[in-house]
Amino acid sequence: MPDRPPRQRISFDAPRRAGSGPRSHWPPQPGAPPAAPSWQESPIVRRHAWRWYEALPWIVAVLVYFALPNLGFATELLIMVLFALSLDLALGYAGIVTLGHAAFFGAGAYTVGLLSIHAGWTEPISGLFAAAAVAGLLGLLSGLVLLRTHGLTLLMLTLSIAALLEELSNQFSDFTGGLDGRNLTFAPILGWFDFDQLYSRTQYIYVLVVLFLLFLIVRRIVYSPFGQSLTGIRENILRMPAVGAPVRWRLVTAYGISAAIAGVAGALLAQATLFMNLTLLGLERSAAVLIMLILGGYGRLYGAFIGVILYWTLQHELSKEFPRFWQLGLGLALIAVALFAQRGVLGLAEDARRMFRRKPAA
Amino acid sequence: MFGADLASILLGGLAAGMVLFIISVGLSVTMGLMGFVNLAHGGFAMIGGYIIIGAMDAWGVPFVPALVLGFLAVALISIPLERLVYRPLYGAPELYQVLLTIGLIFVIIAIITMIAGPTSITIRLPPSLSASAQTDLGFITYSTYRLLLIAFGAALMLLLWFGFERTRLGARIRAAVDNRRMAESLGINVARLFTLTFALGSGLAGLGAALSAGFLGGIDTQFAFRYLVLFLIAVAIGGLGRIHGVFVASLVIGTLDFALKLEFPKGGTVFIFVLTILLLLWRPQGLFGKA
Repeated sequence: MPDRPPRQRISFDAPRRAGSGPRSHWPPQPGAPPAAPSWQESPIVRRHAWRWYEALPWIVAVLVYFALPNLGFATELLIMVLFALSLDLALGYAGIVTLGHAAFFGAGAYTVGLLSIHAGWTEPISGLFAAAAVAGLLGLLSGLVLLRTHGLTLLMLTLSIAALLEELSNQFSDFTGGLDGRNLTFAPILGWFDFDQLYSRTQYIYVLVVLFLLFLIVRRIVYSPFGQSLTGIRENILRMPAVGAPVRWRLVTAYGISAAIAGVAGALLAQATLFMNLTLLGLERSAAVLIMLILGGYGRLYGAFIGVILYWTLQHELSKEFPRFWQLGLGLALIAVALFAQRGVLGLAEDARRMFRRKPAA
Repeated sequence: MFGADLASILLGGLAAGMVLFIISVGLSVTMGLMGFVNLAHGGFAMIGGYIIIGAMDAWGVPFVPALVLGFLAVALISIPLERLVYRPLYGAPELYQVLLTIGLIFVIIAIITMIAGPTSITIRLPPSLSASAQTDLGFITYSTYRLLLIAFGAALMLLLWFGFERTRLGARIRAAVDNRRMAESLGINVARLFTLTFALGSGLAGLGAALSAGFLGGIDTQFAFRYLVLFLIAVAIGGLGRIHGVFVASLVIGTLDFALKLEFPKGGTVFIFVLTILLLLWRPQGLFGKA
């Protein structure tokens, strides 16, 4: 034993490139203790800083308002962005794989719709809060029981809950409008701006403002220590309890927040289109939002924006060129993404950038 | 005549359950072997249904040979797909498997739409099996086709049971479902086993889709999505890779679905979803699954 060479101490610091991650202070270095980094230098604060290109989607969104006369479709795109963003929080950050996120979207839409029809509560903004509360509560309650499971069971449970809500809404179609749907009316926004049935110009601004505010909240959450712990759970669910993170509560909280935002998105759709029906809750919507998010790249905030636009462009162009079998192109694209571009378009862009920037090996 | 009503509902439900079993059993075994979330299973079923009905329509192939043809064709189609498309994602997160197989359903739907058109096609059963053909069972006169379906499903279950419990191949599959790595280290080629069960399971699903067309009147391109949840529920409740599990689950779900849709045409399946949620919360691994 004694003639064994002394063990080399493994350094966790050495191979890191500058800026590639947090500096580890373990094992302790000989000599002076390292100075504690000031708060501006902490990597999480640096990552939280706004970058210039983050303004681009919003500039484009404002330009679209002036460029297009009819904004009905653009409004729906913005709503899908918000929906995909909510899914990003659950799936991209917390790693909860769900096939039933439309349950919360639909719950929000039905909240404002049913309040408007049966209770005469037509004020839109308070309606959004009600939708967030209902969907968020549904998310918290279902999350409490569902998030004990994982993998296929979780997938099946989320799928079943969405299907259950859909069937319930169908069962009580006298009350909800069922498959045929119900037309809705809402009071003017802030008591001033009427909903624009023809061109959706009011709705567009309204949705854009709500999207921006909620985006700020999501961005804040993602870069907070809470958001970081979610990422930790996604990356290694066994290690996080070991560092003292209450994994299940973090997941349930994230699921609840995500559900509340999805509920707001659903409520916005009901308000913007002045209509609600069963398709708000369907498996197609859950699958579509999942596809959009993965196409764009999940776990990176702007993936929701890119994915929704990309999915729509793909679907629109393909159905224009090949009206009868546009699904072929869409299906092939999904297969290609699943096999070759698992981090979505933004992931591809990142890889490309890294390839061009690669410096000669040090 | 309450007794006869009840018997006819039970027989109809049993027939529906048998169809569900024939379609889902392959999914159960392949998901149990590889843990692959294969949402496209209904797509393979749909291919089989179209091939069988198409062969009967276009070439005048009789019903039973068409079934055999469809089974073989789907099994053959599924082998290259499994090798090329599924294999890279074994062990990948479920998310990508979901994305891949949803994409595959889209492709299958598009190709079928190209060949057969977007509208539903109806199956023309031989007169001895058509909807009006009845058999007198003594206590009730009932559709011959459905009775034969029940008999066929039961026979298939017996055959599969024998295959699983009494043959070398079945022993290997059971070993691989229980512990894939251990089975591999004992020299069982699990990848080949998987290809084989995938092909057989897809073929059976194709057969099941055609048989369901005789039951539902026809098949259309939305088949893969519409019944996906039912297939998955049968598999999840039965427990992955447990054929007796998927058999029991299919019969229960099929009977419930049939009876509830008859009694409450609008939202009767609420009960099935509630049952599924409670069951999976109670036993996440399914009724017969390994803890």
